[in-house]
Amino acid sequence: MSKANNMNTASGNKPRTIDIVRAGLAKRKASERRFKLYGKIAIGLGLLFLLLLFGSIAGNGYTAFVQTYVKLDVHIDADRIDPAGNRDPKELSRADYGGLVKASLREMFPEVNSRREKRQLYRLASTGASYQIREMVLADPDLIGQKLSLWVPADDEIDMLMKGHIDRKSAEDDRRVKDNQIAWVDRLVSEERIEKRFNTIFFTAGDSRDPELSGIWGAAAGSFFTLIVTLLLSFPIGVAAAVYLEEFAPRNKFTDIIEVNINNLAAVPSIVFGLLGLAVFINFFGMPRSAPIVGGLVLTLMTLPTIIIASRAALKSVPPSIREAALGIGASPMQAMIYHVLPLAMPGMLTGTIIGMAQALGESAPLLMIGMVAFIVDIPQGAFDPSTVLPVQIYLWADSPERAFVERTSAAIMVLLAFLITMNALAVMLRKRFERRW
Amino acid sequence: METIDESNITEMDKPMVEKPELPSASSKVDREDRATVGETMVDDPRMSCRDVNVYYGENHAIHDVNLDIGRNEVIAMIGPSGCGKSTFLRCLNRMNDTIDICRVTGSITLDDEDINHKKIDVVPLRAQVSMVFQKPNPFPKSIYENVAFGPRIHGLADKKADLEEIVVTSLKKAGLWDEVKDRLDQPGTGLSGGQQQRLCIARTIAVGPEVILMDEPCSALDPIATAKIEDLIDELRQQYTICIVTHSMQQAARVSQRTAYFHLGDLIEVGDTDRIFTNPRHKLTEDYITGRFG
Repeated sequence: MSKANNMNTASGNKPRTIDIVRAGLAKRKASERRFKLYGKIAIGLGLLFLLLLFGSIAGNGYTAFVQTYVKLDVHIDADRIDPAGNRDPKELSRADYGGLVKASLREMFPEVNSRREKRQLYRLASTGASYQIREMVLADPDLIGQKLSLWVPADDEIDMLMKGHIDRKSAEDDRRVKDNQIAWVDRLVSEERIEKRFNTIFFTAGDSRDPELSGIWGAAAGSFFTLIVTLLLSFPIGVAAAVYLEEFAPRNKFTDIIEVNINNLAAVPSIVFGLLGLAVFINFFGMPRSAPIVGGLVLTLMTLPTIIIASRAALKSVPPSIREAALGIGASPMQAMIYHVLPLAMPGMLTGTIIGMAQALGESAPLLMIGMVAFIVDIPQGAFDPSTVLPVQIYLWADSPERAFVERTSAAIMVLLAFLITMNALAVMLRKRFERRW
Repeated sequence: METIDESNITEMDKPMVEKPELPSASSKVDREDRATVGETMVDDPRMSCRDVNVYYGENHAIHDVNLDIGRNEVIAMIGPSGCGKSTFLRCLNRMNDTIDICRVTGSITLDDEDINHKKIDVVPLRAQVSMVFQKPNPFPKSIYENVAFGPRIHGLADKKADLEEIVVTSLKKAGLWDEVKDRLDQPGTGLSGGQQQRLCIARTIAVGPEVILMDEPCSALDPIATAKIEDLIDELRQQYTICIVTHSMQQAARVSQRTAYFHLGDLIEVGDTDRIFTNPRHKLTEDYITGRFG
């Protein structure tokens, strides 16, 4: 260092480059640190909001994965459900199973007398209890006449009480669960006749007006069929369009216009695609309302630009030397494409497709227009059955007044997020797998 | 090769004869004179180019090139960067078709057939006149697949055994067999640079071309790999006609029988390699080969 200084003085007034560099070094490093800090702050903020989002959703929704069940001693009274005694399935399916549930509740709480109190008592068990008994009896008519000990879902209000979402200290008029109901529930708790269990209904049932009977499966199946239709249509069409535009189409005004319009299409609000679907697919072609096939078609229109743009970028990133190598030994442009360029562009294309699919999965606005917002209880069995989709189900539940739908909304969001994460993980996996083929 | 000199010098020297009469420092053709000097024509050429002009949009890249490419000869094309030697090479199997703005005029014939004719399909043309590129560009597939691709797309082998035969002979011809015979299923991109380039040559040979165009095949390689490729070129000459573009004059001197010197889109001088390097007739050629360029 001292030697350098000596040399500096020796060379006269002209400062050496190294001294100038050293003088400015601290400033340079400081700005570098500052820049890194900005980046860290940005990532930190992003993570914070993500955590906040996930935290609040999970915090609201995790209770929906359990459901309160009540144990009833039901006497399958032959006089009530099969007075004729011929076990005719038609008669059996029409019988008054609700009466059995009510009877067993009355039996449990014999002190309840007034009509008003009885009505409150009957509200302890879900209306689903009678369906459950009906299914059991229809499956096995020998149960008639027996006395069964059954776990049936509790009513959603009782469920809320058990989960602590209802404040017992508030005035009786302010809550949906009355004092006497609370007393009954407390007695059931002490008798161990009420407990929380994993909520299988939520994962196996379709929508319902009763929160405790409503499930996500119908919407998930609808989403699945819609996405299958979207994938089957948009991937081949998108890739074919991208390949043609990128590799074969002449560069002229016409292809320029097409390119600009594809980019424009990517920016069109999705509800417009919904209107288009309503006008063209449903009104003109007469396709069924609320059906995944129409939803898939609409989402295909919406996803195509994403896939085309991503696929073209992927094709562009394939080094031209590969094309030249193939062409140089006499491959036709088509052969160069199929054997070499397409496999190399595939990871990028798949990533674009899955991102498009993830967008389509989360899309609700266009589907509202084509009637997928209808209240549908049955689980769709195919792409032509009426159904709804996950985001629309979330919208429907978020709109419902019952307290129990709040947690179900959050739970449905969690299911949707799980699907999205799975799809993105799949995208990463596929990309890695294909890239390993050198 | 052997018969070229006598027959052509007399013919081609005629237009030149007047030029040296002009006052010039040496007996060389002046650097301002852009007419081609030397023996552009050969007897019974494999390919012959007449008045070839290439335009990139407005840019006139190659001016009126006349050049014959003989049978079983190695012709080297040398010249400073941007002189149009690669562009000219790419005309010979219409690789310039892939560039939208590129336009080629004049006639280029392969065995007396105009390759720029509308009726000529580039696919069989390129199977006949194949190209090896500057940067080794093996396909990101196995070594076997790299070599098998050409025969497969052209339908050269009906049976799997035939295809294997072609792959093995091509690799042997390219001098790569001993190095890769145990790992044909490994990726071609995993080879070293020199091996990759020989793989590319094997891939080209596998198609059974008659003319091989090489665009600076050794520019990305070290001297040892370069020496291997040069030996290979010398051997391949027995069967193929080879046009090689190179930056290295030593390489041109080592591998070629004829040399063509390009300068700013003009073909300045063509001739027997020995003659060009020992006794260039054009001032520009002399400047270039003596390293006094500029």
